[in-house]
Amino acid sequence: MENTGESRSIRNDASGIAVKAFGYLFISIFAICCLLPFLLVLGTSFTAEASIKKFGFNFWPREFSTFAYKIVFENPDLMIGSYIVTMAITIVGTAAGLFIVAMTGYALQRPDFGYRNGISFFIYFTTLFSGGLVPFYLLMTQYLSLKDNYLAVLLPGLLSPFLIIMMKSFVRSIPHAITESAKIDGAGDFTIFMKLILPMTTPALATIGLFIALGYWNEWYNSMLFLSPDMEYRPLQLFLYNVVTSADFIRNSSAASNVELRDMPLESMKMATAVVATGPVILFYPFVQRYFIKGITVGAVKG
Amino acid sequence: MAAIAEIAQETKPQRVSSGRARRFWNNRTLLLMCLPAIAFFIIFAYLPMPGLYLAFINYNYSDGIFKSPFVAFDNFRFLVINGDLWRLSFNTVAYNLVFIVLGNVLQIMVAILLNEIRKKWFKKVTQTIMFLPHFISAVLIGLIAYNILSYDYGYLNTVLESLGMEPVKTYSNPNIWPFIIVLTFLWQSTGYGSIVYFAAIMGLDNEIIEASEIDGANAFQRIVYIIIPWLKPTFIILMLFSLGGILKGNFGLFFNLVGANNTALYATTDIIETYVFRSLMTNFNFSIGSAVSLYQSVFGFIIVITANWLVRKASPENSLF
Repeated sequence: MENTGESRSIRNDASGIAVKAFGYLFISIFAICCLLPFLLVLGTSFTAEASIKKFGFNFWPREFSTFAYKIVFENPDLMIGSYIVTMAITIVGTAAGLFIVAMTGYALQRPDFGYRNGISFFIYFTTLFSGGLVPFYLLMTQYLSLKDNYLAVLLPGLLSPFLIIMMKSFVRSIPHAITESAKIDGAGDFTIFMKLILPMTTPALATIGLFIALGYWNEWYNSMLFLSPDMEYRPLQLFLYNVVTSADFIRNSSAASNVELRDMPLESMKMATAVVATGPVILFYPFVQRYFIKGITVGAVKG
Repeated sequence: MAAIAEIAQETKPQRVSSGRARRFWNNRTLLLMCLPAIAFFIIFAYLPMPGLYLAFINYNYSDGIFKSPFVAFDNFRFLVINGDLWRLSFNTVAYNLVFIVLGNVLQIMVAILLNEIRKKWFKKVTQTIMFLPHFISAVLIGLIAYNILSYDYGYLNTVLESLGMEPVKTYSNPNIWPFIIVLTFLWQSTGYGSIVYFAAIMGLDNEIIEASEIDGANAFQRIVYIIIPWLKPTFIILMLFSLGGILKGNFGLFFNLVGANNTALYATTDIIETYVFRSLMTNFNFSIGSAVSLYQSVFGFIIVITANWLVRKASPENSLF
């Protein structure tokens, strides 16, 4: 972890060595358990279908094959389309959501804002009581007509009470005197927010932006509810969900790639699609995990 | 004098309203800045709430919300008599309790052991790997489970067969699922959840540790008598907060692990969220789904208020309201 510094143990006696040995052992085993399932998916995606049928899924391909990837990329339209849809939703949603969260969080943290308690409660109350899935579904499909519309995925993911509370805790560390002196100099509230507060909160914005972006990238729930499988380009996780669960999909891609249905690498294709859909995020995340750590330590207790 | 008093009386209410107007005017920019968020919560959180009226009618599509027959509490009676409400509540609460207890114990353990480890590279690498499961979608978690548990090709059965044991039919045996779901939950959340406890240990004053060393405490005693008591308040607060959400299930986890229509497993895997989802998407019984949601919201609300009351007793500065 980034800001953790030195460990606390000082002296080595018998119990110290025992505790340490147990620590190394336990943490190693746990970390390996966290990693292995990913390797299983990766290994299976490179295994020939005949070998899977005979020996089952395995970490190390007995018979190496890239056939599954060939099928996935044979018809790259769908995959690339899904990538573009997900990236567009992620970028637009993160930019818009981050702006709204930051603006609201700043306003609600201003001690001189007369309505801050009322609005804070108005937002917080939504975590205490909710209308549930059925009314939400009816609202989205019948009243807002967002069925088969990407906005049905984009809009509900924009913000959450949790992110606004997190922004508030970040802004709290900026002295109110900065706002006050800018006001004396004649700056308006929005100008103060844009010109002074935003540049000072970039680490917070990075953290909150990453939370929103990760939410969009992994979004499958609203996609599954509101986007039908016959939409041509679906968000990545819905695409993966359809590949994993639907036989129709395999039939279609068999027709598209001129491979006989019985020769389709059903199992390895699921894994290959998962690797292609998830790989980039996993490669990206070690570089940004410190922002997530900051977010959870700031937002956890008062979340 | 009388005239002045009269004027004063006349202007008094006016002053109040002009004070209100002034307050509004002075705050106008900040209010405008909150407007998008307010609109968001009105549309996506408050507008659906009156829809819970569905719970009190027998909704059918042709009559719509306003013409479908009003049945008062019949939907709830139905759910109580056929045992669904009890089964769903039991599953949801029992899973959450196990998640909370085992999750926190494991998180504390990982945090304490990580703190004992000196090698920085080892800490960094293992932490990065332990966070990894938190960053993937629920769909991929379902696929990973399938990879391990599938009867025909799953890795578990490969191992069992190589040991000369019988392969297990996981996806049709409801009794194994509580273990699978709890293990998956722990796999996904432990590394990430341990951050809070690790940060709390870092907040422990070094002098206290040094003093214990001078008094001759060994590593084991240091953990038991200093670090664990130090983590107790964090543990209590986090536990009370999780208790507030004890009626809320993790839909993504259950839905993707169990599958959309695996009826054989409902006895042990059906939670409130999956039931409501099915009543909407599979059975089209909107009223029953809403009745379960309303029950969940009302009781969830009572539980949160109680939990917050307990938090305020334990540590006032951490209470939410």
